[in-house]
Amino acid sequence: MIDQRSPEINEVVQDTACYHCGQPCPETLWFEDKSFCCYGCKTVFEILSSNDLCEYYTLDKNAGISQRGLHVETFSYLDEPNVRKQVIAFDSPAFSKVTFFIPAIHCASCIWLLENLQKINTGALRSEVNFARKTVTLDFNPQHTKLSELAGLLSSLGYTPLISLDKNEHTPPLNNKSLLIKLAVAGFCFGNVMLFSFPEYLGIDHSEQFLMRVFSWLNLALSIPVFFYSGFDYFRSASKSFKQKQINIDVPIAVGLLALFLRSSYDIITATGPGYFDSFTGLVFFLLIGRWFQSKTYESLAFDRDFKSYFPLAVHKRVDEAWKPVIIYDLHRSDEIRIRNMEIIPADSILLDDHAYIDYSFVTGESKPVLVKQTETVYAGGRLIGSPVRLVVDKKTSQSQLTSLWNNEVFKKVSESRYQKIIDKAAQRFTWIVMGIALITAIYWQLTKPEEMWLVLTAVLMVACPCALALAAPFTYGNMLRAFGKHQLYLKNADVIERLAVIDSVVFDKTGTITHGSTPEVKFSGELTQEEFTIVKQLTSSSTHPLSSLVSKSIQGNSSEVLSKFKEIPGKGIEGCVANHVFKVGSAVFVGFGGCLDHDASHVFVSIDDEIKGYFSIRISVRKNLGSMLNRLGKKCVALLSGDNESDKERMKKVFNPNVQLHFNQSPHDKLAFIQNLQRSNHKVLMVGDGLNDSGALKQSDVGLAVTDDTGVFTPACDGILHGSRMNDLDKFIHLAKSSTTILKTAFVISFVYNAIALSFAVTGNLTPLVAAILMPISSISVVGFSTLAVNYAAHQKLTS
Amino acid sequence: MIIIVILISISLIIAVGFLISFLWALKSGQYDDTETPAVRMLFNSKSADSKKKENQKN
Repeated sequence: MIDQRSPEINEVVQDTACYHCGQPCPETLWFEDKSFCCYGCKTVFEILSSNDLCEYYTLDKNAGISQRGLHVETFSYLDEPNVRKQVIAFDSPAFSKVTFFIPAIHCASCIWLLENLQKINTGALRSEVNFARKTVTLDFNPQHTKLSELAGLLSSLGYTPLISLDKNEHTPPLNNKSLLIKLAVAGFCFGNVMLFSFPEYLGIDHSEQFLMRVFSWLNLALSIPVFFYSGFDYFRSASKSFKQKQINIDVPIAVGLLALFLRSSYDIITATGPGYFDSFTGLVFFLLIGRWFQSKTYESLAFDRDFKSYFPLAVHKRVDEAWKPVIIYDLHRSDEIRIRNMEIIPADSILLDDHAYIDYSFVTGESKPVLVKQTETVYAGGRLIGSPVRLVVDKKTSQSQLTSLWNNEVFKKVSESRYQKIIDKAAQRFTWIVMGIALITAIYWQLTKPEEMWLVLTAVLMVACPCALALAAPFTYGNMLRAFGKHQLYLKNADVIERLAVIDSVVFDKTGTITHGSTPEVKFSGELTQEEFTIVKQLTSSSTHPLSSLVSKSIQGNSSEVLSKFKEIPGKGIEGCVANHVFKVGSAVFVGFGGCLDHDASHVFVSIDDEIKGYFSIRISVRKNLGSMLNRLGKKCVALLSGDNESDKERMKKVFNPNVQLHFNQSPHDKLAFIQNLQRSNHKVLMVGDGLNDSGALKQSDVGLAVTDDTGVFTPACDGILHGSRMNDLDKFIHLAKSSTTILKTAFVISFVYNAIALSFAVTGNLTPLVAAILMPISSISVVGFSTLAVNYAAHQKLTS
Repeated sequence: MIIIVILISISLIIAVGFLISFLWALKSGQYDDTETPAVRMLFNSKSADSKKKENQKN
């Protein structure tokens, strides 16, 4: 190809599309007869082609992520000593280790590419991907490569690392590991104790008294680690709840475990019986399994992010005529900063340059980019679209309009304690009943057979241990959590299900929730040939204006015509000459259109040789099939809260029932206050939102669900993440959560029946170790089996149909 | 009868050994990631042909 650059400014020859990303190439790079728009795309192709992974391109043509406009420089803040210290896991002069969270990891090729980084950058020594957590751990030699270079390399390959100074965000929960160790110890001891108990049950010859004693003492020895290590959490939790004068489920469990252990130890030490150690160890083992089952977490999702993970870590600040990266918390009033295309404004600032387009969609819900002129204020959280601008900081990050939301007390208190769990309510009732029975039994035996009173009393306390009861909740909720996850509702933990079940009011956000967040609907009205369409695409793809890129994306195919005399008139439109025709794309005024169109959409007009051919209307589309879901929600659907202006009101009226309140121009603080008001009138509120502006409402509500079309991108702090395509099943999810309460209560009844049977043995003084050893596992297994089957059946009924 | 006691103690010692080795595996992080290794083992090591290409590139 010959570079036909003519004297006119801004004229670009464009007749090739990038083989990797499909974008037109301003400066074509060639490799193996394929054209690339930039070095980044070429590198990705080179790596893939040299490893026979080109199938990637045959599956989906031009599937790659465009690499243009990404600068290694963006990460230069990582080399600042105080940032570096926080990001790096291990540092020495010749060896460093760092873990990056990369949301883009999604397939085997990603793993392959990321684990071969050392072939691209010699400073990298070794890299290891954790697919579930979407992280890559890099060992590198800091003498050969800088941390910023590695981050830049990842970014240039399309795997931009998400760097956060919040250490907790992507480290796995440590207690899960210690739970597994406890579980392993309990399981081991349980297995062995059971083996040593069999001879007794199978009727060993009583002449073998010596062996019996050996087995008994072994059982005692094996039970000690279970009592003092595996079961310790139950005793600690019980004593804590005593101090708070509240009875939770751990109290009867701790009492039962204590009774079992002391009674069995007494039996063995005094040689009066074989003890109940198999029941004791089995109980702890089953209880821990329940705990482990319930602790299912979605490792790659984060549920407690605040604005810090959305905002950039650092920004370029002018220091003595040079741009230097600084952490955004070190920004002060009247600092001069520079922001590039697609970067986030870190603090409320004043624009120094002529004009800028700011996309506030994530902050206010306003879907169209806003034009900001010189000396006007740009608010923190907006995203710059277009050429780089300079700004002067007006307020510090923590005091900016949006971020001040996090100073609200909602974010300070731990909200979980508001709700008394069903299981603890049941445990309270259960504990009092058992105490009553124990007392009556003790009095009765004291009067009739005082010498056996203690034996019977301990037996009652032993079987009263609500093992099955304690297992019902973890398995019901654990299964429910998995069923939700299968249908793309990822909940933070099992407690959310209980709160979801009692929801009576649902509040929606508009942009990104009711409507699609990022993919607007582009429609063309008028007449254009396919050839002309591709020329329009060619024109619009050269412009950075947000509407241009939307139009460009909506058109398929590429033009092979030569474009000349390309001109962009800011705020009006673009024009260019193709095959002796003058193409103009832009506003109504620009092409000379005098008619009137509806105001709820943006329009881009096209004219050829000053003849108006038609216009593109661009509007954010409403998610499909929402109507039926909203109908089924009925009166539960209370309100729509939008940060947007009222231009969409008519369209929203069609979507929602007439009794739903529609509020526009809502600030993040307004949304929070609205939820608080609802709660004051005793409503249990479910908030469905997606942006930073919903953060307060999501946190304040009883259940806050964040809607996203890509679980890798930022979601504000919430109780659950719902995939956008499942929005129309929202009512079904609530129904399913409700049925989990029914299932749980049924499981309680089953376990009560077993407890009643066991108690009848105990109060009559007939609870032998054999009876306990049979009853305890049967009750546990039947409860676990019931809740698992019932939940899966309910999920199948409600969600699959 | 003493032989049973000896056998049981041997079996217990072996079992405790397994328990300890499991705990060691857990603590050394072998169960941290159960997905990636399954994918990783399917990658072919580089063939001579593709190495040549890479040399050309450099």
